[in-house]
Amino acid sequence: MKKLLFFFLTLVGFAACIQTPEKRTLPILGERDISPAGDTVYPTVPDFAFVDQDSQVVTNATFRDQIYVVDFFFIHCPTICPKVKKNGLRIYEKYKNDNRIALLSHSIDTKNDTVAALRRHAQKLGIDSKRWHLVTGSKDAIYGIADNYFSVAVEDPDAPGGFDHSGRLILVDKNRHVRSFCDGTDAKDVDRFMKDIDLLLAEQ
Amino acid sequence: MPTSQFRLFLLFFISLFFLSRCEPNPYREGERLYKTNCANCHMDNGEGLGALIPPLAGADFLEKNREALPCILRYGLQDTILVNGKTYAEAMPGVQALSDIHITNILNYVNQAWGNSHKPYRLEEVQQMLARCRK
Repeated sequence: MKKLLFFFLTLVGFAACIQTPEKRTLPILGERDISPAGDTVYPTVPDFAFVDQDSQVVTNATFRDQIYVVDFFFIHCPTICPKVKKNGLRIYEKYKNDNRIALLSHSIDTKNDTVAALRRHAQKLGIDSKRWHLVTGSKDAIYGIADNYFSVAVEDPDAPGGFDHSGRLILVDKNRHVRSFCDGTDAKDVDRFMKDIDLLLAEQ
Repeated sequence: MPTSQFRLFLLFFISLFFLSRCEPNPYREGERLYKTNCANCHMDNGEGLGALIPPLAGADFLEKNREALPCILRYGLQDTILVNGKTYAEAMPGVQALSDIHITNILNYVNQAWGNSHKPYRLEEVQQMLARCRK
């Protein structure tokens, strides 16, 4: 009996190994709905319009035929933002010559992070505005869209720097579906996330 | 009476215990405090962030401003500074909650981490430096 169990467990172990990670497809994240017609409806990122460091309007159309990586930050953030930016830079450096992907960072400090401030910030990060948009907009619009990216952005006088937010990096596909995310402060999790990016690029 | 196998086992665990005592990093506390208070901006490997946040690894600033560092940790920095020939103009927030001992531990960790090899700080020395900037 014991032998049989051992044999069975070994078999299961092997089966687990055989599954190659390359064949994996990324799920569409979020709660799905069923339309009256009976089709499955996946949550999508709604229409948005923000302004980036070059004073250019950034909308969903900016990322037509592109996948993009989203995060929320603010310039004078004393906590997690620099680490998230550092990992964002790793993604930027890896894909900066790949037109199929772009980055989109939303400032949640809409009062201080003006277009001029974002522009200076981008210059100091050494990033190209065509590849990485740092955007500002109306507070409601920015805080509202954070929900659609499964992120938290709230004003909180008690939080360091005055804002509380998640340091997530979120991956969005060409069909406005969120497909993956990671903890932007954790380099190892970002490694995994970059594999997901490759997977999505291969799929689309 | 212990068998030879048992003795071997005992020896193994005793050597394991002693091995674990051999600290490769004598500034453990400093490292822990660095990770909590500094690494978010200066990064775990001390390389900083672009032209926004200066590096600490290999930074000439540490040696040139030895006397000022304790005060910078506690009260922050508003001035534009030059690090390895590059200008950095962002403000650094200080961490007032750090005790004199904390500051000494952090500085000593930074002073020998990532290839840095600067003179260690003594606690009394740090306290004298802090006394000069205390408001």
